[in-house]
Amino acid sequence: MDLAGAYEGILFDVAGGFTLLLLMTAGVVCIVWDIFSNDDPVLPVLAAMTCVVAAGWEVRGLDAGSSTAFYDLIRAYGLTSYINITLLISALVSIVLSVPYLNRIRRGYGEVYALILFATAGAVMLASANSLVTVFVGLETMSIALYILVGLVRQGGGGIESALKYFLLGAFSTGFFLYGIALLYGATGTMILPDLAAGFEARGSMMLLFWAGVALFLVGFLFKVSAVPFHMWTPDVYQGAPTPLTGYMSTASKAAAFAALILVLYYGLGDLAATKWQTALAVVALVTMVGGNIFALVQNNVKRMLAYSSVAHAGYVLVALVAGTGEGYAGAAYYLLIYSFMNLGAFGVMALLEWDQKEGSEQTIDSLSGVGLRKPILGVVMTVFMFSLIGFPPFGGFFGKIAVFAPAIEAGFTWLVIVGVLASALSGYYYLRVLYVFWMRPQSWSAPQVQAHKFPVPSLSAAVLVACAVVLTVIGFVPVVRDLPMVYFDVAFTGGTP
Amino acid sequence: MEIALSWYLTLAAVLFAIGVAGVLLRSNLIIILMSVELMLNAVNVTLVAFSQSMGDVSGQILVFFVMSVAAAEAAIGLAIVIAIFRNKLSVDINDFNLFKW
Amino acid sequence: MNPDLTILLIVLLPAAGAVLNGLLPLFWPRLRKHETVIGTVGTGMVAVPFVLTVVLFVQGYGDPHVATFYTWMGAGDFTVSVAYRVDHLSLIMALVVTGVGALIHLYSVGYMHGDRSYWKFFAYLNLFIFMMLNLVLADNLLVMFLGWEGVGLCSYLLIGFWYEDLKNSAAATKAFVVNRIGDFAFLLAMFILVREVGSLDFATIFAGAEAMSQGTISAVVLLLFIGATGKSAQIPLFVWLPDAMAGPTPVSALIHAATMVTSGLYLLARLSSLVLLAPTVMGVIALTGALTALVAATIAMAQTDIKRVLAYSTVSQLGFMFMATGVGAFFVAIFHVVTHAFFKACLFLGSGSVIHGMHEVEHSLRHKGYRGAFDPQDMRTMGGLKRFMPRTGRTYLMATLAISGIPLTAGFFSKDEILFKAFEFGLDGHAFAWIVWAVGLGTALLTAFYMTRSYMLTFEGAPRWPRADEVQPHESPWTITMPLVVLASLSLIGGFIGLPHLAEKIGLTNWIHGYLAGHEGHPGPVAEAATQTHVGMPAEVGLILLGSAIAVVGVWWSWRFFACHGLGGDALIQGRFKGLYRWWKRSYYWDEFYDRTVVRGVIGGAEHGLAPLDVRLVDGAVNAVAKAAQRISDCVRRLQTGVVQAYALAIVLGVIVVIALIVS
Repeated sequence: MDLAGAYEGILFDVAGGFTLLLLMTAGVVCIVWDIFSNDDPVLPVLAAMTCVVAAGWEVRGLDAGSSTAFYDLIRAYGLTSYINITLLISALVSIVLSVPYLNRIRRGYGEVYALILFATAGAVMLASANSLVTVFVGLETMSIALYILVGLVRQGGGGIESALKYFLLGAFSTGFFLYGIALLYGATGTMILPDLAAGFEARGSMMLLFWAGVALFLVGFLFKVSAVPFHMWTPDVYQGAPTPLTGYMSTASKAAAFAALILVLYYGLGDLAATKWQTALAVVALVTMVGGNIFALVQNNVKRMLAYSSVAHAGYVLVALVAGTGEGYAGAAYYLLIYSFMNLGAFGVMALLEWDQKEGSEQTIDSLSGVGLRKPILGVVMTVFMFSLIGFPPFGGFFGKIAVFAPAIEAGFTWLVIVGVLASALSGYYYLRVLYVFWMRPQSWSAPQVQAHKFPVPSLSAAVLVACAVVLTVIGFVPVVRDLPMVYFDVAFTGGTP
Repeated sequence: MEIALSWYLTLAAVLFAIGVAGVLLRSNLIIILMSVELMLNAVNVTLVAFSQSMGDVSGQILVFFVMSVAAAEAAIGLAIVIAIFRNKLSVDINDFNLFKW
Repeated sequence: MNPDLTILLIVLLPAAGAVLNGLLPLFWPRLRKHETVIGTVGTGMVAVPFVLTVVLFVQGYGDPHVATFYTWMGAGDFTVSVAYRVDHLSLIMALVVTGVGALIHLYSVGYMHGDRSYWKFFAYLNLFIFMMLNLVLADNLLVMFLGWEGVGLCSYLLIGFWYEDLKNSAAATKAFVVNRIGDFAFLLAMFILVREVGSLDFATIFAGAEAMSQGTISAVVLLLFIGATGKSAQIPLFVWLPDAMAGPTPVSALIHAATMVTSGLYLLARLSSLVLLAPTVMGVIALTGALTALVAATIAMAQTDIKRVLAYSTVSQLGFMFMATGVGAFFVAIFHVVTHAFFKACLFLGSGSVIHGMHEVEHSLRHKGYRGAFDPQDMRTMGGLKRFMPRTGRTYLMATLAISGIPLTAGFFSKDEILFKAFEFGLDGHAFAWIVWAVGLGTALLTAFYMTRSYMLTFEGAPRWPRADEVQPHESPWTITMPLVVLASLSLIGGFIGLPHLAEKIGLTNWIHGYLAGHEGHPGPVAEAATQTHVGMPAEVGLILLGSAIAVVGVWWSWRFFACHGLGGDALIQGRFKGLYRWWKRSYYWDEFYDRTVVRGVIGGAEHGLAPLDVRLVDGAVNAVAKAAQRISDCVRRLQTGVVQAYALAIVLGVIVVIALIVS
């Protein structure tokens, strides 16, 4: 092999995996920096800048067609860039929201930012995986960082119990996931996703092994996106975890897992007996949508309610995947972007409010009485987030729902979409209840209490939340912005067979 | 003499099932952690067996990753167990149901 | 200038005015004091669009120019977009809206002086202009409906502008509710159109009309007409308009005389080629218009509140316009819309000026210790005002002559054209047109009579308010009289844009006919009923003479009658018509009728029939679903035991199910 060619190849690989490498490096730098200068306020700035630079790099890659790097281990550009941008936005917002949160409990926790970077690196690897190995490593990198993050802020026993549950069930499901990988490997003789179908057909007569492998493999993803019945960890973990990180978990880790699932379904399984996994996913999507919304109905803890609602949203995305078409995958990826904005926003508002509440009433819905009037900015953005989460026009969530439901109808899953629409009608109840309490119930505070709980909304956090709300509104009103992502999906999913 | 692939696979499946059963049935956190490790290693056996029978190394490469991940998970798991033990002076899994419903 | 930009400015400037006048003073109460600034901004934001509309008008858009600014979303073939359409029809309406609107804004600067919510008034008024422009410029029914609802909202806000008085807010609510009934029909028509044509664009609707069945078209047109009866105050939905006079007088002039109430006509004219496909419904429209015109004119005879006279006269004139629509002469309807805008706005503004003066009288009286009742709008306490308010009196007289149809005034041309078209349609074999024509003639006589009565009682004779020798009103300031003069001049000369057919003999053409309906081979935006018969020249001359004679006789008779008897004239009329007069006086007990039947019926039915049904069945079902969902939720949440191993078990079960589903 000639040297110049090898050099070019290395350059190409580094460019393709730049985000991954940058996040890893920055994470290590953060850790080391934290050793020498404990809880330095520069750390969040560094982490945030890393995300911005990486996102800028990915924007550059949007227009390029999807290609692979590092000996087919990862996928770069195109759709991957799009998903990575979603992940990086989520990380950025979480970092910004974490700063006042951690300051408030008088802990700097410099390593939080390093861990967010590591988790994001794992998510990026997962979302750009082109091999079963990278799927596994990415998923585990992300998960391990998240286990630590959940348990890091130890307030009473809550956080650590959440970490324990998350960890145990995560490791448990990893076992199944890994078993699925092993069976798939055995049935196909390859780890590279696009070669799976061909390998399966070449080896032949591995029916049971292969489909059992697919099933177990899917379960790993379904656990991560918290689909019913693999969702049970979600409310317990979200409730106990530090709120800004809950937002991160409910968006970035979900988006990454869904992205990998899309890659597996699109590149890995392709047209291989689609009805088999379609049926399974349809059933899961059905129980997820119904279950998530039913569970959310009676929750009094807002974080717990949002956790169940994120279960329901995973169900909506699954509906798009059930369609098994390019439009479906595009719709799912689109929904994840919009969903990231609204869920990050909702958890962000809760993160700010957590310190604005009476003792002992943290996070309960009653503690939100009259917040809208007391803190109008938070009230207005929360209104946007809630309406968007319901899928109420003209906000972004409405168009996200159209994007996930329309392909399923075209693919003949009308019954599933009907259930989805009915289930999301149910969701109006608990989302609007938040707004009702926000705006229409007078706060039950005495004047001294209000005085004692005076908590200015940090301007940077407010700016980030307002930005999320503006994006959702702009998506609703400006068709050009709304249709922008679709251009990249066209490149990703209609450019012929991979 | 060559041992047939199916023996390895069966062994791994049994080990995996034992691991699952351990997670489901034991109440001591440490034992549950060990059961999870058992599950992962059962998969490792599967991977190595497939790799060997197909003459393809990528399965064995994955095993290295799995081992390192398992080590990391064990480290975190034990750290969590220690933290939780300090809090409650218990490693019984049934003692931790603060969050429910 | 780029026409798209011009259109955008025309529409958006009033919106900007509404935002500036509405939001800034809302947040900075200090700004509320600056009446000059608020008034200038408010007026300017309408005057500039008027100039821009004139520019477009001069450039002349013979072919429709459609400017799509924004497409909100598309679902399949159905798109929702904000598109404006500039053609002769929308231009002429936009001219009226912005032109009369600007004058009335100017008028309001003086009229509303000192009002606590001066800024709010101008914000609402600007918002109204914005909505009205959306209504007339819309290229599809959806944007038009947006404007339609928007003007309804502004009308509600402005009728109830002095909402501290419960009577006013009740009137506002009444207007809103009655309008909603019409809007509902409008919505139904849109639903049918979406189902049948798949689009709400005017062009697509016209193209798709041929494929629709006769029944469907008739249903659509009928529903649209019901929508129009709401907004344009026709029987059976006219009851809100007289009460709407509770709003400030400029509002009555702008919204409830010149612009908003004509939007029903505009709707039918816009869809004229569709309306022409439903001849039966056209008969209904014409007869409804005729009946409304007659009923309202008789009611107006017996009113003593100056604004109520004008309100019923508006209803009556709107009836005339619907007559024109019903006989397929849409351009004449629009012609009458234009001339009516001139003279009715002038009359209303004149009455506003009078009320302004009478308020002054009331103020002085109270100052001098007068404790009796005093209604500044009651014509019985007026009289002889032309001495104190000469400019108001003169302009009011001019507009009165115009509305009466005295030859060569604006009203003469448009009303005559309506009667002529009805006559022609009758000759063409449509029997109902004869009824329409006859009723139209009778109503014209009544109109001349009661309008002259209102002038006589207000401006002629001796002052009838208490202590008239000490207390005297003064002429209003220039911001009030200037619009009066402009509008009065237009009421005199504005009719020349629509010369009768006869004028062709001396080489003059009917400009507005050519402008709206187009010429041979080049149709305009407004369709026209094709007639086989041609009215001969002698007949036409005869008709014109008849119309002129009726107007002159009406005015002359009324003038003599009230000059002679003064206020006693009313008593004489009452003595003559007795029972009938009581019916007029009480508006045929229309409100009472609705109250007994519809309102009580609905409320009673709701209380005794539907409420239990609603509570038990509907609410019951809804609550049952909600309860069931909650109960289910409460049950299943127990599954979430908080014990990790239970969760792990769920995962294992899930794994088994997924494997079973996939492998099977």
